[in-house]
Amino acid sequence: MWMRGAGVIGLALLISACSGQQSALEPHGPEAEHIARLFWIFTAVCGTIWFAVMVVLAIGLVRRAPQRLDPLALDVPAERRTTMVVGGAVVGTALTVIALSALSFAFQRQLFARENPAVNIKVTGLQWWWNVEYEADTPDQGFTTANEIYVPVGKPVLVRLDANDVIHSFWVPSLMGKMDLIPGQQNQIKFTANRPGIYRGQCAEFCGWQHAHMGLTVVALPVPLFQTWLKAQTASATEPQEPERKKGAEIFASKACFMCHSIRGTRAGSRVGPDLTHFASRQSIAAATLPMSRGSIAAWVLDPQGIKPGTNMPNVSLAPDELDAVVSYLEGLR
Amino acid sequence: MSTQAATHDLRDTHLDDAELHARLTRTWRTGPSLIARLSSVDHKVVGRRYILTAFFFLCLGGLSAVAMRLQLARPEAKLLGPDLYNQLFTMHGTTMMFLFAVPVMEAFAVYLVPLMLGTRNIAFPRLNAFSYWVYLSGGIFLWASFMLKVGPDVGWFAYTPLSGPDFSPGKRVDVWAQMITFTEVSALAVAVEIIVTTFKQRAPGMTLDRIPLFVWSMLVTSFLIIFAMPAVMVASTMLILDRLVGTHFFNPAEGGDALLWQHLFWFFGHPEVYIIFIPATGMVSSIIVTFSRRPAFGYLALVLSIIAVGFLSFGLWVHHMFVTGLPQLGNAFFTASSMLIAIPNGIQIFCWLAALWNGRPVFKTPLLFVLGFFFIFIIGGMSGVMVASVPIDTQVHDTYFVVAHFHYVLIGGAVFPLLGAVYYWFPKITGRILSERMGQWNFWLAFIGFNVAFFPMHILGLQGMPRRVYTYLPEMGWGSLNMLATVGALILFISFLLLLINVIGSASRGVPAGDNPWDAGTLEWATTSPPQPYNFSRIPFVTHHEPLWDNRESLPVITGLSVESREIVSGTLTEAYPEIRESSPEPSLWPLLAALAVGGTFLGSIFTPWAVVWGSIPVAITLIAWFWPKGTPEDEK
Repeated sequence: MWMRGAGVIGLALLISACSGQQSALEPHGPEAEHIARLFWIFTAVCGTIWFAVMVVLAIGLVRRAPQRLDPLALDVPAERRTTMVVGGAVVGTALTVIALSALSFAFQRQLFARENPAVNIKVTGLQWWWNVEYEADTPDQGFTTANEIYVPVGKPVLVRLDANDVIHSFWVPSLMGKMDLIPGQQNQIKFTANRPGIYRGQCAEFCGWQHAHMGLTVVALPVPLFQTWLKAQTASATEPQEPERKKGAEIFASKACFMCHSIRGTRAGSRVGPDLTHFASRQSIAAATLPMSRGSIAAWVLDPQGIKPGTNMPNVSLAPDELDAVVSYLEGLR
Repeated sequence: MSTQAATHDLRDTHLDDAELHARLTRTWRTGPSLIARLSSVDHKVVGRRYILTAFFFLCLGGLSAVAMRLQLARPEAKLLGPDLYNQLFTMHGTTMMFLFAVPVMEAFAVYLVPLMLGTRNIAFPRLNAFSYWVYLSGGIFLWASFMLKVGPDVGWFAYTPLSGPDFSPGKRVDVWAQMITFTEVSALAVAVEIIVTTFKQRAPGMTLDRIPLFVWSMLVTSFLIIFAMPAVMVASTMLILDRLVGTHFFNPAEGGDALLWQHLFWFFGHPEVYIIFIPATGMVSSIIVTFSRRPAFGYLALVLSIIAVGFLSFGLWVHHMFVTGLPQLGNAFFTASSMLIAIPNGIQIFCWLAALWNGRPVFKTPLLFVLGFFFIFIIGGMSGVMVASVPIDTQVHDTYFVVAHFHYVLIGGAVFPLLGAVYYWFPKITGRILSERMGQWNFWLAFIGFNVAFFPMHILGLQGMPRRVYTYLPEMGWGSLNMLATVGALILFISFLLLLINVIGSASRGVPAGDNPWDAGTLEWATTSPPQPYNFSRIPFVTHHEPLWDNRESLPVITGLSVESREIVSGTLTEAYPEIRESSPEPSLWPLLAALAVGGTFLGSIFTPWAVVWGSIPVAITLIAWFWPKGTPEDEK
């Protein structure tokens, strides 16, 4: 049942894979569209003003005022006329400024209007990944994942933002502007995805060495598929059956992996690194840095410091056969 | 006895020009020996050192920018790792803001303000020398740390908790925080000197409405420095205390507040932008007046606009914090106040346009740079209006859009006028004119290179590229615009090389300038190029805000100053009515020694708090020696 669900999810993602980029100019939700509209209004007004000033400057340079030998001998009527024009331009500036402020405020009120969210998510920023907690009315329905946020299409989503170490900033440009995650402070951000798709985001506040590789992905699914996904994520990890994967699970539990990661349904329960319970169901690894594939997993497990220098995941020495087994185990965590 | 008294109180009234020149030179000159040079308190000597040092740091800041652009030209480039890249962008920002932009504006003021006001030296000349040595040691300290691989790596803004003891162990951030203190001290010193010089040492007749616009701009800037800098001084001291003695000002786990840092930093940081920009408006005014061949249009409006900008600049800081989760209504207030500052800035631009419109512009290099300033700075102003809007800012904040915006503001608004000012005042400082041909090349390369480098960044930011990333993934699609930006940056870099070649070549082989090569109207052009150590053989009497245009044949002067000791005229604040002859301090080595003592104290304090205690002893000794009474009955004359 659930494998079929996963297949449908995969298909839906394939269809919408073209929308994977992060751009404020390609809005895919009402909030981002709203901001983009305001952006274009401002661009038009400001661009026009700039152009007008340049035209006046150009004419002023080309036209030649009458020759005067003494620079102090001013043409008094011309000065008076110019004063009127300058005065008019100042009044115009003031009116434009007031109009733009009012417009900005109107848009701002609408953007941050309260709305009952359909989904509540808590995102915690850490150096250099995102911990994602889905909250539910009953504790057994809640779960933790990392770096990927699944949301239902057309439903408002409220994300509560927290940080455990330094300041980060949550930003998925095609859905909404950004909001900082600040230690000791509760922030939140609200957005809605208009259509199914994958929307990439990235940490926008400098947070140290791997700020550049702190991506995240928002996956918007139609409501039934989202429900299927939720259900799948609530489950614990399935026991490995094949000998290779069993060996991998043993290595995972005996090497450093187990010190930081948790996999529900096993003894691994540490919260230092990302939760790996349904690791292989994700689109990417290492905070949206590498695409999910056997090769990427192997590369990451073998040499995280080469891929993200400074990351908190240490290089763990594994024999080639051990690496194979661990990768197989992780690959099976669907 | 009577001849003795006469020589002792020899006045300029008694002497002919040649004799006067000889005697004044003996009184005011900086001797040729090394000790004499290090002891110099001549504002022109110190100002020249300041300018050269600031441009040297511009080179270093520019080189770090080029390194960053090379790294970003391609996705996932391996030229620089995150460690070096983070140090480089921190060094770039810190150097450009603290070691180049603010000091270079002050440097021009130190050199020009006394000349423009018709006095013989800046107020508190020893403090002036001291401020230069402190600035120099701060800059060396920062760059030496970088060379020793302990360069700060948390950005020029050093947000806590990233810059706190938990996430930035080691000495890197301490270096940054103490470098702030160095530049702090020197900037405050210069601000005090400029204010006092402007208020008390203006040539007789220079009433408030005859002060040159550049001096007005520096006066307002100095007040901004005095009110803004203490905020960052408090912030950096609290940071040092958190790091060094375990206080918890910024540690939320112990009841501190991580966001407090941002309030303090930006309460300084936003006026800082205007500390850089307002002097540039003074340069623009000077150049436009001279090259449009007419007095400023709307002198009073320009002065009042500068003052208004100065005031308003303190009410904008929250627009750097729109996405930190502050109350929305509060944010909206800062949208309005940020947009409001467009009005006084608009007034200035309209007045300049009016002057060009009604004048007969002469298209020499200084004016070209001012025209480039209009083109670029107004784009920056417009994108500034955009980022002032909270909804738009939530998207573009901390992206390359903002990088583009503030480079348009700072390079367009400050560096282009500054380059214009270099071409404009170089003849006064060196006595030779910079090559006009190379100047034109320099301008066009800088103009094209700048726009090619920075305009694409607007688009990159909107396409989702955050700031301060050392690399990006190939699939993000940012590669080609980044490559374009790098090409532009290299063109811009070449234009600066051209300036360097022009400066070196023209300093020795340029066309001799004469006193007033541009036929300008302000007092600095009344004296020789380069000016004599005493600036003016007789103190001019000012009848107009463009005195040299008002008195074509010869300036009226006042006489009666001593030629045997360093004397200046001190006057009333508003009318510049001469009140007393005031003596100006003699050269002294103590400012240098005091600066070394202060520098040593700051340096030691990043290792142990006790350095502040023990360091105060040499500081006290040098200061006592510096202020030791000389026993000359100067005030009895």
